[in-house]
Amino acid sequence: MGEYNNMSLVLENLGYVVEGETYLADINLKLEPGSFNVLLGRTLAGKTSLMRIMAGLDKPTSGNIYMDGQDVTNVSVQKRNISMVYQQFINYPNLTVRENIASPLRIAKTKESEIIRRVNETAAILQIEPFLDRHPLELSGGQQQRCSMARALVKDASIILFDEPLVNLDYKLREELRAELRDLFKERNAIAVYATTEPNEAMALGGVTTLLHEGRVIQSGVSTKVYRQPINIEAAKLYSEPAINLIPGRLSNSEVTFDETVHFPLDHELSKIPAGDYVFGVLPSHIGLVPNRDDDLELSMRMELAEISGSETYMHVVNDHFNLVIQLSGVINYHIGDPIKVYLPTHKLFVFDQAGNTIQTPSQAITR
Amino acid sequence: MAEIHLKSLAHSYSKDASKPSDYAIREMDHVWEHGGAYALLGPSGCGKSTLLNIMSGLLSPSDGKVLFDGVEVNDIPPEDRNIAQVFQFPVIYDSMTVFDNLAFPLRNMKTPEVQVQSRVHEIAEALELTPLLKKNASNLTADEKQKVSMGRGLVRSDVSAILFDEPLTVIDPQLKWKLRRKLKQIHEQFNITMVYVTHDQLEASTFAEKIAVMYGGQIVQFGTPRELFERPNHAFVGYFIGSPGMNLVEVERCNGGVKFSETKVTLEPAMIELLAKMPSKNVKIGIRPEFIHVWDEPNSDAFCCDLLHVEDLGTYKILNMKLDDQELKVRLDEDRKVPKGKVYISFPEQWLKVYVDEYLVEVPAQQEGENA
Repeated sequence: MGEYNNMSLVLENLGYVVEGETYLADINLKLEPGSFNVLLGRTLAGKTSLMRIMAGLDKPTSGNIYMDGQDVTNVSVQKRNISMVYQQFINYPNLTVRENIASPLRIAKTKESEIIRRVNETAAILQIEPFLDRHPLELSGGQQQRCSMARALVKDASIILFDEPLVNLDYKLREELRAELRDLFKERNAIAVYATTEPNEAMALGGVTTLLHEGRVIQSGVSTKVYRQPINIEAAKLYSEPAINLIPGRLSNSEVTFDETVHFPLDHELSKIPAGDYVFGVLPSHIGLVPNRDDDLELSMRMELAEISGSETYMHVVNDHFNLVIQLSGVINYHIGDPIKVYLPTHKLFVFDQAGNTIQTPSQAITR
Repeated sequence: MAEIHLKSLAHSYSKDASKPSDYAIREMDHVWEHGGAYALLGPSGCGKSTLLNIMSGLLSPSDGKVLFDGVEVNDIPPEDRNIAQVFQFPVIYDSMTVFDNLAFPLRNMKTPEVQVQSRVHEIAEALELTPLLKKNASNLTADEKQKVSMGRGLVRSDVSAILFDEPLTVIDPQLKWKLRRKLKQIHEQFNITMVYVTHDQLEASTFAEKIAVMYGGQIVQFGTPRELFERPNHAFVGYFIGSPGMNLVEVERCNGGVKFSETKVTLEPAMIELLAKMPSKNVKIGIRPEFIHVWDEPNSDAFCCDLLHVEDLGTYKILNMKLDDQELKVRLDEDRKVPKGKVYISFPEQWLKVYVDEYLVEVPAQQEGENA
């Protein structure tokens, strides 16, 4: 599949304003051929608006869209060779799964022998061959969504858009389908765009992540890099689950003070930062119940709640000045109200200035 | 008081059920003890909604009995069961104030107004709804509305059990943990039996002291969140709990242990003896990705796997590996070095589980500290 598909998608100064309300502003993105792109943002961040514009379902109110160098801003959805998968499982209820998958090829007047070949091939990849002669509503939710994905994948689309496609499925199915999707795109040259609200899903999908916040792109780049080097507090919050712990503090010439209660001396990296008020960030997974290094900061806290994901424990702990979330592997027993000592690694701190911009990330400190 | 006993209970939606697959609930004997915080966890289609409806009285079981404190309630309608239910979507009267919503069940029962006042205030205090009592219910946020729904269940002093059906579905992710905490506090304060039905392992494990995992119409394990993680009693529990779930590999018996393809896994003699007594050929070994040991250096005693790909999830990595013809996943902490090409692993005996016909097989003599 896909020998003609070597196109890039460029969005230039895109804006989208409806009845005075700004949905998107100053969007500049380049999506490379064969890339897997994740749009990560909270509900109403503009993910769906952006995808609809990429698809040609809506026209931007400013800016241009180029596909393979051609301006397609005013080209309709029918002429853009795009597929889209939605949250809801959208299939033709009166057609069999086989005919559902074949439908885009029939519209394109593909040869019958080619239709048969492609439908079978796509159904095999998505493991729905046994259900080809059934109707969508006779299938489970996961199978229905596989059917709509197959329909999106069967034609040789240049761009395939996924708008939170797994959100209505239970998490085991999500795990499986996510892995399949990622494998599927290794073989294709199409551009995949996948919108999600979940940082862990974005990480699991890999590729390139674009962080959308209130209609604007705040950061875009290789997923692991964006995760480890967020450009500001908002990016760090968006791309962490449980969210990064933030503690306001003051950095002097010799030490850091959190909320005027906790003090620790500066290490080599922190000593390069000018004195002043900052917000210090620490990832929930970096805090432990036992010290890892001599310079770990011991904090006396109180248990508020432990959320257990099944294989991990997210402890919510508080003291009189701030609260923290700690992510631990395994299932930890606890009682609400118990005193607990936690250890915060001072060499893994993120530092943000008062405007929220990143001054230091721990990965920088580690690699040096 | 309410102990809920499901006695020789089974349910089929078809009139002439004969074989096991005709049953949505296969015969079970299960007790929810008084005052416990429980979850009923399973994937869609496992039968948990059917079981919930049988407990609440919306559905009468085709076989067996539902006993509340020893009294059969099979034919008693929901409203006479002293059970409250909290649904996915808040059930409240939008036209009433929060106070009147909470008072409604009591006034319905012709409770003297003095008692209504004191009880409503007590419940509102516990749920942190006091500042909202005079507000119109239509002006509340989704989480406040859901707290009012819970309050309407709690307010009746004759209610001795509350059934929750995915109660946090409509709550904002950022607020969910606060409501989970509230639920736990309410449970401690009111000493009421609570059963929380969900497909979400996080919801179940965070709320419940003990979880009943349902699969194919049966409860395949009833245990603490820790037991489900560390000692899954059924292969399905191993797969379903944890992300990613347990590695499960079909094996056959061999001299000194079990094998798949050319790979031999040694087992302790007592386990081999035990396996020899069981006729079934359906034997699997299981180990969680968290518990496989990864060696930093090549090791001739270890299994040598081919590294297929690495998922970097930020806080940890999942290595996807191939050992012989079997794919295995192992979780590696963020700070650990990622091996190149080959991965040397071993299976710590404590964490290597054996399943025959999908159920856990253990050597009984060695009680391993009661699996605390």
